[in-house]
Amino acid sequence: MKKIFVSFIILIMAVAVSNVASAQCKNFAKKICKLELLPYVHDGIYNATVLSEGETAELYKTFYAGQEYRVTVCGDENLPPIQFQVLDAERNVLYDNKKYNYAKSWDFKLQSSKQLIISIQVQTSDELHDQILSGCVAVLVGFMNIENTFNQNK
Amino acid sequence: MKFKNKILSIFFVVIIGTLSLFITSCGGDKTPDNQLDDSLNISDEFNKAKQVIYGIPSPIETAMLMKRAGAKYNQDYLNPLSNLGNYTTTKSMALNLGVYSADLSFASMFDQSQASIKYLSATKKLADDLGILNAIDKSIITRMENNINNRDSVMEIISETFMNSNSFLKENDRGEIAAIILTGGWLEGLYIGTQIVKNTAQNKELMERIADQRLSLNTLISLLNEYKNDPNVQSILPDMERLKKVFDKIQTSSSRMEVIEKDGKNIITSTSEIKFTPEVFEELATVVTEIRSNIIK
Repeated sequence: MKKIFVSFIILIMAVAVSNVASAQCKNFAKKICKLELLPYVHDGIYNATVLSEGETAELYKTFYAGQEYRVTVCGDENLPPIQFQVLDAERNVLYDNKKYNYAKSWDFKLQSSKQLIISIQVQTSDELHDQILSGCVAVLVGFMNIENTFNQNK
Repeated sequence: MKFKNKILSIFFVVIIGTLSLFITSCGGDKTPDNQLDDSLNISDEFNKAKQVIYGIPSPIETAMLMKRAGAKYNQDYLNPLSNLGNYTTTKSMALNLGVYSADLSFASMFDQSQASIKYLSATKKLADDLGILNAIDKSIITRMENNINNRDSVMEIISETFMNSNSFLKENDRGEIAAIILTGGWLEGLYIGTQIVKNTAQNKELMERIADQRLSLNTLISLLNEYKNDPNVQSILPDMERLKKVFDKIQTSSSRMEVIEKDGKNIITSTSEIKFTPEVFEELATVVTEIRSNIIK
């Protein structure tokens, strides 16, 4: 009886921990990653997930002509660096943050509207760990308020 | 000893009850089919190395695009608030939460303070009815009222409410509702855009932004297909496919993309040509109006 009781307590704790992790991911995206977007306005879409080292995720999104965008990718501080690339539909690399010391954000605008792919990969850690590192990774998109933007025809 | 065992048994029953309640509340309405799908999804999660996220333009982004393209505000394009009481099913509440979010964004972008507060209240009601906890609480409405003349703050508040809603839904295994809300918001943006073009002088940039929605529609259909076993999503997909058939009549061509730096800014260059005839536009406007009428009635 005692064993079953202890098992259930462990199960409850596991469910609670997973819920806390989920809430922490939301808070991380909202309170930490979102600040990286400033002064761009967040589009309001929540894209965050728990990734382990070596895992990848891709965001498919249409970006519109003339609009100034900032893409921000950030991860839990216990994670190894996060590489993100901006690809066109044929998967040609337009930007790779690895060349810029794993910069968290990239600002850009487009001459004509296109669907782009934001490809994210958590790098593998060089240090030895007992278990695979995993944590929250958020990718947020912001755009510049119309009054603050620069002339696209310049 | 007997007493101790009895206490443990009672505790055990309470724990099981609490746990099953907790698991049920997190899962929402599950049919046996859904449970089977979940197990497949879990195994998929283990097998696939790559997660795919479909980014649909949020109502606030669409409103910004329209304003940038030179759109003018007209309250007649918005879904009247008097329709709010008509939405009693999950599908109609979710679609119209998207619709009213788009109307709220549109009103705010054009500094329509009273309309913005009223549409925020409408979105709060639908979010509450859908069980989206604390997405829009009283403090947000107060903040909106206090900052109504500061567009940056208003946009920040709208962005926050939208993020609260879709993060709550995604984290509570209700991604299909988040997808339906985005569908409603996207469609309302398209409807407002087509109405502006129909009722004002020719606006090339706005026409181009409307034609660009073919790209977002493809992403939206991919997103909806992730939830195609959901009956509400199933009933929405044919309308989106109908729209796609019209969008497919727009002829486009474009050159390869390159990144250049100009004045310290990164610009992704590529030329593209869009052939969007008045006939195709008329057909698109008609289909959008029909679909939207069915949603807001």
